Amino acid sequence: MTQSTKVLVVGSGPAGLTAAIYTARAQLNPVVIEGEPSSTSDQPGGQLMLTTEVENFPGFPEGITGPELMTNMRAQAARFGAQITTEKVTKLDLTARPFRAWVGGNDGEPDYEATSVILATGAKSIMLDVAGEERLLGHGVSTCATCDGFFFRDLPIVVVGGGDSALEEATFLTRFASSVTIIHRRDSLRASKIMQERALANEKITFLWNTQVTEILGDSKVERIGLTNTLTGEASSMDVAGVFVAIGHRPTTEIFANELDLHPNGYLAVHQGSLTSIEGVFACGDVQDHHYRQAITAAGSGCMAAIDTERWLESQGS
Amino acid sequence: MSENITTLSDATFDEFVGSSDVPVLVDFWAEWCGPCKQIAPILEEIATEQAGKVTIAKLNIDENLDVTRRFEVMSIPTLLLFKDGQPVQRLIGAKPKGALLQEISAHLG
Repeated sequence: MTQSTKVLVVGSGPAGLTAAIYTARAQLNPVVIEGEPSSTSDQPGGQLMLTTEVENFPGFPEGITGPELMTNMRAQAARFGAQITTEKVTKLDLTARPFRAWVGGNDGEPDYEATSVILATGAKSIMLDVAGEERLLGHGVSTCATCDGFFFRDLPIVVVGGGDSALEEATFLTRFASSVTIIHRRDSLRASKIMQERALANEKITFLWNTQVTEILGDSKVERIGLTNTLTGEASSMDVAGVFVAIGHRPTTEIFANELDLHPNGYLAVHQGSLTSIEGVFACGDVQDHHYRQAITAAGSGCMAAIDTERWLESQGS
Repeated sequence: MSENITTLSDATFDEFVGSSDVPVLVDFWAEWCGPCKQIAPILEEIATEQAGKVTIAKLNIDENLDVTRRFEVMSIPTLLLFKDGQPVQRLIGAKPKGALLQEISAHLG
């Protein structure tokens, strides 16, 4: 049966849940399709579900863990009446109003009809896409340091990437591992200064610059990785027990990429705050943010999308 | 936690898994694992809905290293399905309910 709603929020990271809190408090009874469990960043709660301490979200002087922060946001949205469902949108039709959404299948009657849609689908982790990676996922290859760090007690591991999440994971993993090598394809980091200083000062962390992982080897678990120097092309190998992948994220746009204007870099294009190329469809969070990509900016843009939605609905007399 | 889910330990694991008449799906988890918490309610539902076809059990890896090491669990959540005391299927990472049920369905009577 098709459920009708004024506001359909797709996604449940800081952007989607902030949009839900605001539209719920505006008594618009939003429906939030939060996504389905997975061990990548594409899951209810978004990327923060896989992080440890969040130290830069205002209001938490002692820090708060990512999962705790997202559990709180979800409870806050639910408290004001947002209807949150653990499903994944598989198809969206934005060609006519009401907009239509399907979950779990693409056929038959739509599961939801919505006067307005707020897209907050976020971004997914990028994998290395090298030989052995998929086969050894869960056997030494990991995308979740907080989940799997425990299994690498006194073992040598590598973290691939040079951004904040790579450095945060590396620092966290020094609690367990005998050594943590950060492998980065450039010779400088894009991570924030404080994370850089912390990692550089950590005795267990070493850096391997201008280096790319070319393959992951091992019979039943990770034993070794193949490396290439990006400047000289020189190949080498390294014995490791664990490979943690943190090379960045890609916006999750599959379900609407052919209906809405995208930025040339693949992010969802917005104008005047949160407006997309279709009237009545708004966007917030990492799916449209190729510049800041922070929990707090995602939350802020979720608020913007909610207010834009509310005003647009008013202008439509609904 | 639901009364339909059995909490296992290093001490009780072999006896429980070995003597079960139906397949046992063991959830290797820990308190600090976000994705583990996400699948917990799904496992509760499966325990109730598939009662008599599969038994759901949990093993806290923090407190039960012997079993965790013996089955070479290196990532959580890991779900191991045991039939007649033997592991017959390994599912790594959190998955939606439908996908999970589909993957184990071949082993359920």
